Amino acid sequence: MIDLASWSTRTPSNLVRLVFVALLSVGLMMLDHQGERLAKIRSVLSIALYPFQAVATVPTRTGAWLIEFFRSDRAMREDYEKLRADRPLLLAKLQKYQALEAENIHFRRLLNAAERVSERALVAELLEVGPEPFTRKLVITKGGQHGVYLGQPVIDALGIMGQVTEVDPYTSRVTLITDPSHAIPVQVNRSGLRAMVFGTGQDAVAVRYLTALADIQEGDLLVSSGLGGGFPAGYPVARVRRINNDPNEAFLAIDAEPVAQIGHNKEVLLIWPDSAAKPQAKK
Amino acid sequence: MKLSNAARGRLTIVASFAAALLLAIVPGPDWAEPFRPEWVGLVLIYWCMATPQRVGVGVGWSVGLMLDVLYGSLLGQHALAKAAIAYLTVRFHTQLRMFPRWQQAASVLVLVAINHLLVLWAKALASEAPVGWSYWTPSIVSMLVWPWLFVILRDIRRRAKLA
Repeated sequence: MIDLASWSTRTPSNLVRLVFVALLSVGLMMLDHQGERLAKIRSVLSIALYPFQAVATVPTRTGAWLIEFFRSDRAMREDYEKLRADRPLLLAKLQKYQALEAENIHFRRLLNAAERVSERALVAELLEVGPEPFTRKLVITKGGQHGVYLGQPVIDALGIMGQVTEVDPYTSRVTLITDPSHAIPVQVNRSGLRAMVFGTGQDAVAVRYLTALADIQEGDLLVSSGLGGGFPAGYPVARVRRINNDPNEAFLAIDAEPVAQIGHNKEVLLIWPDSAAKPQAKK
Repeated sequence: MKLSNAARGRLTIVASFAAALLLAIVPGPDWAEPFRPEWVGLVLIYWCMATPQRVGVGVGWSVGLMLDVLYGSLLGQHALAKAAIAYLTVRFHTQLRMFPRWQQAASVLVLVAINHLLVLWAKALASEAPVGWSYWTPSIVSMLVWPWLFVILRDIRRRAKLA
């Protein structure tokens, strides 16, 4: 057996090691921040660490399974009845929607504007793993193999949830609109005013850089404006909750509440906004 | 299966880090999110203090990188922070061992806070820093958890005959 302790004088000191890994980390962060340079390395590491994620989901999955198992027959039947009752209503609404869509396309043609076609969508299940504290990200069980691409919009039944920021072969990571690194261009539905909605790391989002003269009120619905091309236009994003006009500040402090049920979903919808562009499998 | 002492020791350390990584990503209710202790940091501090010849800057950096991958944060962000606290703990491990438990916990608070500060700086440079003071609650919760975690890990270490 070799005595490792006697070698310690020959190995680099701790401080040297720290300086080395610090420089390495800074280099990695800079490369990673620039975009997709490290995507390959991250993918490989993600796959290697997938077992951790799989094991971490066990408690929630067991819980959900137990709840499902012990739920009474009656509760389930009630659910079923409710869904059945809702179905005709939704179908009726859809009829109207289809008629409106046709009408819309017709008018747009009259105006010589580009036709907006309905989007392709894919349901993705959440992988129930906890996010880094104070960030808002999700892992979903659809990845590059299913045609998911970087920057793809993610919605739920009510509104925009966020966008894909990391694509691995079988999973991807979604940054929610509430994450501090996220911003989305919006439009006030009532007045048409354009603005940006920023994540804060808490449940609310913030509308920044609007002056006191801006035409925005409490209760206003903010919809995606489609500027920048990342998100399709017209999807609900958030509803203005509180506007604070502090005369000492250059801009209004506006709190808004996301419309999507962030944190309550088991599934999310991935959409391909431009249906002309085929989903790119593996870029 | 009969393992040599050295192999058993290594396995114990790896298993404790694996458990810490799991605890870091096990989902919990949203309201509990700010109260999650910095498990990986705590386990790292313990091993750096108890067995500085085995666990140090290199291990800290690698574990931090794994955390970066699991969290989807910028690669190197947690790695740098963990390497730094590993360095500090190894540097002061003799003092830390002599401290009474409460003083040790206070030192752990400082170390974990340094970890969070470095992560916050990295996030701020990439303009994705979270808003609000609740960012610091995990440091305090980590301090409160430390005395118990210390006892548990010490038992594990003794059972594995790790020096």
